[in-house]
Amino acid sequence: MFNLFSKSLLNRRGTAILTIISISISVTLLIGVENIRKGVRTSFSSAVSGTDIIVGARGGSLQLLLYSIFRIGNSPNNLSWESYNELRNNKRVKWTIPISLGDSHRGFRVVGTNLDYFKFFRYGSKRKLEFLKGKPFSKVFDTVIGSEIAIKFNYKLNEKIIIAHGTGKKSFLNHDDKPFKIVGILKPTGTPVDQSLHVSLEGITAMHIDWESGAPPMEGESISAEEVLKLDLTPEEITSFLIGLKSKIHVFDLQRKVNTYKEEPLSAIMPGVALQELWNILRTAETGLRVITWFVLFAGLLGMVTSLLSGLNERRREMAILRSVGAGPGTISFLLILEAIILTLAGIILGLIILYLALFVSQPILENYFGLFIPINALSNRDIIILGGILLTAMLMGIIPALKAYHQSLADGMTIRL
Amino acid sequence: MDKVILEIKNLSFRWKDSDSLLLDIPEFNVKKHEHVFLQGPSGSGKSTLLGLIGGILVSESGELKLLGHDIKNLSRSGRDSFRVDHVGFIFQLFNLLPYLSIEENVMLPLSFSSIRAKNSGKTKIDQLKETERLLKSLGLEEQLAKKNPVTELSVGQQQRVAAARALIGNPELIIADEPTSALDSDLRYSFLELLFSECKKAGSTLLFVSHDSTLSNLFSRKISMDEINNNVN
Ligand SMILES: Nc1ncnc2c1ncn2[C@@H]1O[C@H](COP(=O)(O)OP(=O)(O)OP(=O)(O)O)[C@@H](O)[C@H]1O
Ligand SMILES: [Mg+2]
Repeated sequence: MFNLFSKSLLNRRGTAILTIISISISVTLLIGVENIRKGVRTSFSSAVSGTDIIVGARGGSLQLLLYSIFRIGNSPNNLSWESYNELRNNKRVKWTIPISLGDSHRGFRVVGTNLDYFKFFRYGSKRKLEFLKGKPFSKVFDTVIGSEIAIKFNYKLNEKIIIAHGTGKKSFLNHDDKPFKIVGILKPTGTPVDQSLHVSLEGITAMHIDWESGAPPMEGESISAEEVLKLDLTPEEITSFLIGLKSKIHVFDLQRKVNTYKEEPLSAIMPGVALQELWNILRTAETGLRVITWFVLFAGLLGMVTSLLSGLNERRREMAILRSVGAGPGTISFLLILEAIILTLAGIILGLIILYLALFVSQPILENYFGLFIPINALSNRDIIILGGILLTAMLMGIIPALKAYHQSLADGMTIRL
Repeated sequence: MDKVILEIKNLSFRWKDSDSLLLDIPEFNVKKHEHVFLQGPSGSGKSTLLGLIGGILVSESGELKLLGHDIKNLSRSGRDSFRVDHVGFIFQLFNLLPYLSIEENVMLPLSFSSIRAKNSGKTKIDQLKETERLLKSLGLEEQLAKKNPVTELSVGQQQRVAAARALIGNPELIIADEPTSALDSDLRYSFLELLFSECKKAGSTLLFVSHDSTLSNLFSRKISMDEINNNVN
């Protein structure tokens, strides 16, 4: 019986394969979009785990989150070193990580910070940063680089690099009189840390000390790398800072305090809330994409039913023969529903194979170019429900040609019609 | 006296409720081992009658007993399995499923009927042997050896494969609906001879429909539709 079924299907493999392909494409899209969406979300949340509050100059909360954590965009303003010092000594605050942005190296952002970065920064499930090689910076012209930068440029410990002024890919203004030495390479984290170079706040000050409002020093006014070490390199301002609280209950308290800070207009955000804002913005696009994939799927299933229906006429002879050897109209309808199920199942399986292959191939690309780490997971319950739903729909839609075949084989009687 | 295997009394049938009666048969019996030639013009309802006998169609009223069972009293699936258990069909044309091999086509009824499977052999291998024996005695040894796909068989060869399928597992009744109309006259005779001898071996009764009366003298009994059907149009 199954032999009969599979040979009959094999005989019509052309349409069968097309059906399978169209179903598989929609399955790939459907599950893939979901996977990427989830991946993006965990990837983003991973980068801020452990941080309770981010403080920056007054501005949009999403903007603050994007530039201070994801190195996307720029800050409108800086905040003063005094404000930072006052807030870090607040009794609710357990730790802070100062962040000073504005420079780059071959397209990658330079983050000015202090040793607390390596002590308190957490990513993923509250994981600490770890060193692949070397150690945190200790001198003014030391730098610790993220794993991706090390891999991409094949950087080794003790190599000297030049930092460019500004964040554009092609910067013509270099701090080439003050090269930095790589003293540490971090292990991969799957967060923007992998794409950052970390230097001390003093290093940032040292690079800019002889600059005048964004312009390189005039002839004769530049201060050499040796001389600069003798000066006071305490920064005057930083871009933003991250706060970890002693107890989370005081989050709103402190946020209010920052937002109403008298000396300077500041914003305090909770990363989770700001991320939610981002997801809300993206939701429309996601919904649109999802609606489209459902339509693709529906078109695939409809195509399958159409080809089953139109095939019925050509298969009248087959059905009359089967009836003459004892197949009832029920058996014949069952064969059609079975065909719908098998084709859909094959489509689902092929779709999943394509999906996992695609994820496998695109994972390093997404990680390299977008800093997104899309984990390759087994199917979630939701995925399985979706796939089960597709199968059920296919089965229900298969009833249409099955019913037609039922009536046709009853009406045709014994004659073989062409 | 051989016993009656097909017994029809006051059978009536119409295709649609709005149609007039197509068949109105007061009485028609077929005895075991008979070779009956049923003749009638096109449209006289021969194929319809065969559909009724095979339990694919159901009469409006009257009695139709096959091997003592009134087919009407069986459930729908009961009729389907009764049909394959006891009746072998040969059609006019296009008897074979193009995607199955010659042997698979012949063995098709065996997967639907355990009785005929048992009759044709205890094991799958025995059944295959019986299939090959039938095909050989119907003169298809060469095609079998060459493993020709059924689509590459001539029409006459296809009809012989169909005959083998009808005969396998020794069903009590073989129904042939103009199986020779696509064959030339030499082939018709040789086909009929083979069919007769295999029916004899299998102990099957043969009900053969055709409008070609030249074949009728080969049969033990000859009936025309207008003799049994009151409703002649
Ligand atoms: N499936 C069907 N639905 C409705 N009417 C049918 C059907 N099959 C046959 N008929 C009608 O029943 C009548 C008898 O048809 P049938 O096929 O039984 O004739 P026949 O004697 O076998 O003719 P032929 O020698 O041409 O095969 C015809 O008028 C035909 O139109
Ligand atoms: Mg006919």
